[in-house]
Amino acid sequence: MSDPTPSAATPGRGVLRAALWLPVLAAAVVVPFYLEGFWLQAGLFAMSAAIGAIGINLLTGAAGQLSLGHAFFLAAGAYSYVYLSSDVGLPTPLAALAAVAVAGVCGGLFSPIAGRLKGAYLGIATLALIFVGQHILFNAEPVTGGFNGRPVPPMELFGFVFADTPELVVLDVPFGSLERLWFLGLALLAGAAAFARGVLRGRPGLALIAIRDQEIAAGVMGVPVARYRAGVFVLSSMYGGLAGVLVALVFQRVVPDHFGILLSLDHLAMIVIGGLGSVGGAVAGAAFVSLLPQLLTRYGDALPLVAEPGSGGVSPAEAARILYGAAVVAVVLFLPGGLAGLATRLGRVRLKELKWAKSAAAPESRR
Amino acid sequence: MAVFLELLVNGVSVGAVYALIALGFVVIFKATEVVNFTHASLLLAGGYVIARMHPLIGFWAALAAGIVAAALVGALVEFLILRRAHVGSRGVLAIVTIGVDILLTTELTRRIGTEVLALGDPWGDRVLRLGPITVAETRVVALAVAGALIAAFLLAFTFTGWGVAMRATAEDAETAALMGVRLGRVSLSAWAVAGALAAVAALFLCVFPTPGLDRGTAAVAMKAFPAAILGGLDSTSGALAGGLIVGVTETLMNGYQSELVFLGRGIGDAAPFLVMIVILLLRPSGLFGTKEQARV
Repeated sequence: MSDPTPSAATPGRGVLRAALWLPVLAAAVVVPFYLEGFWLQAGLFAMSAAIGAIGINLLTGAAGQLSLGHAFFLAAGAYSYVYLSSDVGLPTPLAALAAVAVAGVCGGLFSPIAGRLKGAYLGIATLALIFVGQHILFNAEPVTGGFNGRPVPPMELFGFVFADTPELVVLDVPFGSLERLWFLGLALLAGAAAFARGVLRGRPGLALIAIRDQEIAAGVMGVPVARYRAGVFVLSSMYGGLAGVLVALVFQRVVPDHFGILLSLDHLAMIVIGGLGSVGGAVAGAAFVSLLPQLLTRYGDALPLVAEPGSGGVSPAEAARILYGAAVVAVVLFLPGGLAGLATRLGRVRLKELKWAKSAAAPESRR
Repeated sequence: MAVFLELLVNGVSVGAVYALIALGFVVIFKATEVVNFTHASLLLAGGYVIARMHPLIGFWAALAAGIVAAALVGALVEFLILRRAHVGSRGVLAIVTIGVDILLTTELTRRIGTEVLALGDPWGDRVLRLGPITVAETRVVALAVAGALIAAFLLAFTFTGWGVAMRATAEDAETAALMGVRLGRVSLSAWAVAGALAAVAALFLCVFPTPGLDRGTAAVAMKAFPAAILGGLDSTSGALAGGLIVGVTETLMNGYQSELVFLGRGIGDAAPFLVMIVILLLRPSGLFGTKEQARV
């Protein structure tokens, strides 16, 4: 499922890859100068979703462990950030780090189960995290604020505040909280993606894939199966925590309703659509699943079948859910490997054409 | 004491309904090794058809229609999607059922909207008095029906050709196929049966004392998941035990809520899951589940 070829086999491909990434990077940097707040917010949600999706893709895609409890870890991250920064009074960057650690500890507490159960069994067991988590969020009011949630203090990094005040104008564009957070989000996402790639391509990734494909053989070859399963669960919950911190910063308020079972299902849909076990796929799937409702909300008037929320027809959010529910099914039926698989296949075709063109140009050299 | 007995009877009856749902879940798992997350929406579909049809054709016909509809939806999911998904691992199939569940649940909750639909059952809010305790009639009927259905299934598993085919498939699908068991039919029937059971369960989850079918019903159905897994996913008697444990725990926790204030409001909803975690810690394959053994 994840591409087995090691990265940049030849220097030529490395250059090609850099050339491909440069415009993407440039576009990402330029975006806040041109797009309005609505799209920036949508993009930030997509980034947070992408971080969460990378985390669950390590767990579900690489290790084959299903988790429906991912939303719980987002909640753990988001609420810990709020609690640690406002009530305990930690500086916000420290609070964010600690929040990720708290999410990891939550995952670690669940590891006696996460290490022993496999696949879909774990999926059902992790449902418990959602229901118990919701119970805690609603009832531990001093910490979580109960039903109404709590406001999120803005991040402050070396004196730079990620909020609308103090005012900041860059190149004639007023930089509010969304513009500022955009770059923070980009950095976090890039770091998260790079780390996950490293994990997947290194020994841990090989071990996880071995466990997924042949648990017994992996064990015989000396892979500590339970420890790896527990470990990847902790890692994925830390990714969840980081995504939670980011989503809290963007929302500027945390409410329990956001962290329900639907959020977990969204994350699973993202990785299936994007491609199981692939970091790029998780990002693509996250963009698809989290931008779709926004697109439908924005351009719903122009589309048939989509109606105003509350008017009895299919609301944009519902239409989006139906669409990506169907996309999950369609991807598994017709597009194994998801968007990432599609990309590699297209790439392979192009590479073949390239080789063919070269060999056609110089037929003598072939013998 | 009377309160405790009342809660216990109610708990057992709710538990029997959960056991029905869990049984369908286990049947599918045994026949196809797929963990079926679509189950909650099958239940919703059955309940929805009953709720919409009963003003038109009367309760009993609507019930039959609901059962047939849910069975049909289940069979269609198997026939149109799962049978055609050629994937390496069963885990991916579980995610496919999640996709189907997203689809069905979104559409059904959209149709239900903010309404609370009555199912038009003949029992209404009548109660039975048995000495010091009072029990809703619906609960008694639920217990009786669920008990009868579960008994019928356990017997069918043991004595009918269908049951033997099902068990053979669960044991070793390849060998069963070589012996002439039609795997397609086995899994199709498993899904249909699971749908039908879910529809019956939907009826009893939505009658008195519950106000009716609403968009939260799917969440209620989720409680059958811990029921299935704590009994052991591949054990029919485990589904029964799991259902009862979940039902009794939930009812007792809700009943004694005022004494359990320190656990927070609505602990009854979280309790089944807490019990599941405790049991899984002690026995990772559930109470009656077979421990997976591998020969190397």
